[in-house]
This record gives sequence, structure tokens and C-alpha cells, in this order.
Amino acid sequence: MDLEYFFELFLGGLTRGSIYALIALGYTMVYGIVELINFAHGEIYMIGAFTGLIVAGLLTLLGWPALAILVIASIAAMIYSCAYGWTMEKIAYKPLRKAPRLSALISAIGMSLFLQNYVLLAQTPDFLPFPNLIPEFDFLEPIEHIARSSEILIYAVTAVVMVTLTLLIKFTRMGKAMRATSQDREMAMLVGVNVNRVISMTFILGSATAALGGVLIASHIGQINYYIGFLAGIKAFVAAVLGGIGSMPGAVIGSLVLGWSESFFTGYISSDYEDVFAFLFLVVILIFRPSGILGRKESDKV
Amino acid sequence: MLKCRSNKTLAVMAALVMSMVFCSAAFAADTIKFGVAGAHSGDLASYGLPSINAAKLVAADFNAKGGVLGKQVELVTEDDVCKPEVATSTATKLVGEDVAVVLGHICSGATKAALGIYKDTNTVLMSPSATNPALTKSGDYPNFFRTIAADDAQARQQVDFALDVLKVKKIAVLHDKGDYGKGLAEFAKGFVEAEKRAQLVLYEGITPGAVDYSAVVQKVKRSGAEAIIFGGYHPEASKIVTLMRKKKMDTIFISDDGVKDDTFIKVAKKYAEGVYATGPKDVSKNPLTQAYIEKHKAEFGSDPGAFFDNAVSASIALLSAIENAGSTEYTAIVKALQTHAVDTPVGTIKFDERGDAIGVGFAMYQVRDGAYVEVK
Repeated sequence: MDLEYFFELFLGGLTRGSIYALIALGYTMVYGIVELINFAHGEIYMIGAFTGLIVAGLLTLLGWPALAILVIASIAAMIYSCAYGWTMEKIAYKPLRKAPRLSALISAIGMSLFLQNYVLLAQTPDFLPFPNLIPEFDFLEPIEHIARSSEILIYAVTAVVMVTLTLLIKFTRMGKAMRATSQDREMAMLVGVNVNRVISMTFILGSATAALGGVLIASHIGQINYYIGFLAGIKAFVAAVLGGIGSMPGAVIGSLVLGWSESFFTGYISSDYEDVFAFLFLVVILIFRPSGILGRKESDKV
Repeated sequence: MLKCRSNKTLAVMAALVMSMVFCSAAFAADTIKFGVAGAHSGDLASYGLPSINAAKLVAADFNAKGGVLGKQVELVTEDDVCKPEVATSTATKLVGEDVAVVLGHICSGATKAALGIYKDTNTVLMSPSATNPALTKSGDYPNFFRTIAADDAQARQQVDFALDVLKVKKIAVLHDKGDYGKGLAEFAKGFVEAEKRAQLVLYEGITPGAVDYSAVVQKVKRSGAEAIIFGGYHPEASKIVTLMRKKKMDTIFISDDGVKDDTFIKVAKKYAEGVYATGPKDVSKNPLTQAYIEKHKAEFGSDPGAFFDNAVSASIALLSAIENAGSTEYTAIVKALQTHAVDTPVGTIKFDERGDAIGVGFAMYQVRDGAYVEVK
């Protein structure tokens, strides 16, 4: 009984952690390359969920099968959010590239508030039901009471996104250019890297993962509103810092650690102080490993 | 010359004042003074002004029928701006005017501050809106009555329903840590513990807006609770209910008027079926309620505001009590309020010994076929 309870809490934490990780991956990638804490990342996630809802609604009216709707809604949400991410970088961050880092951070917070209020006014302040786009797979039926297909899909997508982004950064031409930009922007420019394109690409990739997360998580939770990006964004940011900001596996490990600590604390002690405990844990880890669990030392930075 | 003239003026003024005093004294004997106290200006005026309109309409109706005890009803309104420190002087002024009964005050804090003054002068006070439980439950103020349910009425209804109708033995109480949700949950916890007929197996706060509540749901499952009483709003309620039903848990879910909202059904869809929630009793079909709303529109050219139904009901109850008592004497009015049931927009009401209107307040609803239906 107790072992089963432990296992259930473990899975609950895994789900929570994977949800954080899907958002944290984009967060950490943008930071790793541009060294900007993109506070509007949570809002891109929210816009992705809204786009997914609208597209899914249209396709449901046309009577498409659920799996096709999930794929098309995800792709549409990713494309739409990429456009937002790209535009956001051009409007809010590019003019501030040479300004102190604090200015870009303030600009990011402004962007986050702007997008939140834009969706609030243009869409609705109410909670909207999000259709369950993830079908219950037949082959998962024996373990359905342990983990539902939406949870398993979230685990899988998180793993795939993490591996893909890591490989992309390590082994492709674009990845090499990204790493070069991250190490020394001016030097990269001198050797012929198109820095503007690299940064745009980073925002596009980050926004795409956020949007994918938005659609999957919203259809797992079943409801969205204009404010969902805020809390999710904060938690994902914390997870990224915990794992070592800038590191892909770090973001996933940080998210899982955060998810498990919340889940076990709720299960064995009390959910009243869930957040208090989660952040206490963060402080303790950062005291002993200031650059996060997998973070590298940045001794050359001021 | 000048001096003489000013003397004359003084004399005229003195005469005028004298005649006014006599006049009002003679007038006072012929009217019944009906005090109306509450926030009539300031930030919270929108809660208090509808009660003046309600009192005006009801007084006009009584006056058209020949008044109360053969005397015309005269309104005396005093503003307390919803502030306890102002409310005491408001009460002193009204008592000085020798009002028979008072409709008000509006805010719980101001009501509490003023109550002592009314109690010392044996004046009956009836509030359309003060919901603080202690005002009646403490038993300190036998002169206080109200036509609105107290804050803990929902929790009482939820616990009674769980124990008497559903007959559950193990109850979990959850809340969203907010003022509203936690307040209700604490009342519910207190009632469950006091009743001793069921065991309180879990009492927890959840974080609103979190992405996933599976840990809390597992905890409920492990606690063996047959029913959950949840204090909070519909976004969290629909997440918890959906998660429980997907995990094949059939734990009964009982919640409050923050969940008795159609958005809850829209979001939780088929999983919302069978969920219980308390909500204000629907009085919109009552012909008396409709009649007073029409009168308000005809007289003031607008829709009535907050607590209007409760204020009309309180005015009717107070004036009828004077009539039934046959005098404006304190004990007679109190006795009449407790024994004679009167028809009002919030139903046919009389008052219990503490001063709460019997039968006013909340009803239990259940989601059946995608809509909230009152459980009879």
C-alpha cells in the first residue's frame, strides 16, 4: 500500500515535472544563447494554447479524427507562436541588444504584461474548456489507472524535445553558429556568422517548444485562460535555474526535481506549504551549487 | 433703528423656531419613524443606497394602505459610510430622533460598532446585508435581526447535507487558501468536528492555478474519504473533479457558490455530473420579488442594486412586526418578529431566537444532465 502510494506520488511528480520541463526547455535555450531571461516565454506558451484551442475547435466542427486534430493544432500553434516569438525579438529585444541587461529584462516583463492583457481583451477573461485532444490509446488500457495516455505523451514529447534540441545545438551548422554566438557575439560576427539570424532562429525554436507544450498541457489539464502562462512561466524559470540555466538536460532535471519535491511534500506532509517548500529547496540547492545542478561555471563573466 | 430692527428679527425667528418645535412634536405623534442606516455615500454607497429605495417603496405601500397602527411611516436616513467609527454617531443620531425600528446597517463592521447603542436604547435593528456569523450567533445582541444568510450558512448546509442526506462517515475538507474558500472550509471543518457523526480524515489547502493536483487527489484516495467538501472557485474544482473521475474515483464532491457556476459545467463537462454545490436560493420567480423590481423601475427609472430584495424583505418584516405587535414597544416587536411569518421577496419568513431569518439563504444544487438542479 505504502509503496503504491509512493509510486503514485512519484508519477504525479513526474507529470508535473514534465509539464514544467516542456516550458523550461525553451526558456533555458534562449538564455543560453542570448543571455536574456525571456519573461514573455510563459505568454508564448499561453498563446500557443489559445491557437491550439481555436484550430482544434474549427477542425472538430469539420469532424476530423482526434489524432489528426492534435497534430494539426500543434503545428498551427507552433507556427503562430514562432511568428510571435520572432516579432517579439525584433520589437522588444533587438533594439536593446547593446543596452545594459537590465533594460532588456524590463522590456521582457513589459512584453509579458502586454501579451497577457492583449489576450485578455481580444479573447476573454473567462476560463475556457480545452478539448481533450489526446485519445486514450488502447494499448495503454492495462496501466490506465496508473498513468493516462496524455501523461505518457507528455513524458515522451519532453524527452524527444530535449534530445532533439541537444543534438541540434551539438551537431548542426546552425547549432555551431548558436554556440559561437553564445560564447562571443562579436567574434562570431567577425568569422561570418549571421548573428541576427541565429538569434531569430533561437527565438523561433524556443517559441515552437513553448507552443507544443501549450497544446499538450492544456489538453491534459482541460482548461485555459489568459493567465496560465504566468505561474507556469515562473515555475519553469525556477526549474531552469535549478537545473543550471542554459543547459538542456539541466532544464529537464531541474523540472523533475521541482515536480517531485512538490508532489512528495504534498503527499507526505501538506499541500498548504507546497510552494514554500519547493522554493526553500531551490534556495538550498543554489547555496551549494550556485550555477544549478548541471550548470557550468561562468568565471569569465563579471 | 438698526438695533430695534434686529430685535424684531430675533423675535420673529424665535417665534418661528417655537412653532417649528411644536409643529414637529405634534407631527411626531402622528408618524412612525423608520430609520435607515448604512453606506449612503463613499466607496460602498452602491451597497447602501438600494436599501433607501427599498424602504421608500415599502413605506409608500404601507402609507397607501393607511399606514402602520393608523400612523404614516416617515423615513429617517443616516449615512455611516460603512465605517465603524462613523456608525456609532449615526446610531446616536437615529436614536435621538426616536426611531421605532432601524433598517441597517449595511457592512458587518459598522453594524457591530453601532449595535451596542441600539441595544442600550432597546431599538430593533435589521440588516439586509451584514453576514458576519458572530452578529447573531454570539447571542450578545437580542435586538439584531437580518434577512441575509450568515457567512457560515453554506458550510452548515454542506455539512448537514453530507451527514443527513448522504450519510457519509469520512469527510475530507479542501480549500484554495483564499479568504473565501478557506473561510468556508474552516467553518465546515468546525461543524464536522462538532457533530462527531463523521470523521474528518483530511484538511488541506491547495495552490490555485497549479498545473496538476494529482498528489492531493492521491492523498484524498489514501485517506478513504467518501466525500470532499471544497471551499474555493470553479477552475480548481473542475481540475480536481476531472482528475478524480479519470482516476476512477467516485468520491462525492460538495462545493460552494464559487463552483455553482455554469463555467464549471462547461469546463468539466461529463465529469461535472453528480457534483453538489450550494448556492443562493432562487427568488427571481417569486411574484413579490418581481413586483418590487417593477415598482423600482417605475419609481426610480433603473434596475435595483445590491441587496435590494433583502432590504425590501427587511422593511416589510419590520413594519409588519410593528403592526402585529400593536405598538412600537421593543419586546412586543421582537416577539412579533419571532412568531408572525410574513410574505417577503426572499420568501415567507420569521426569525429564530438569535435573529437569523428562517428559510433564507442557500439551497443545495446538483449537476444533472449538464445543468444545476436544486436538490429537494
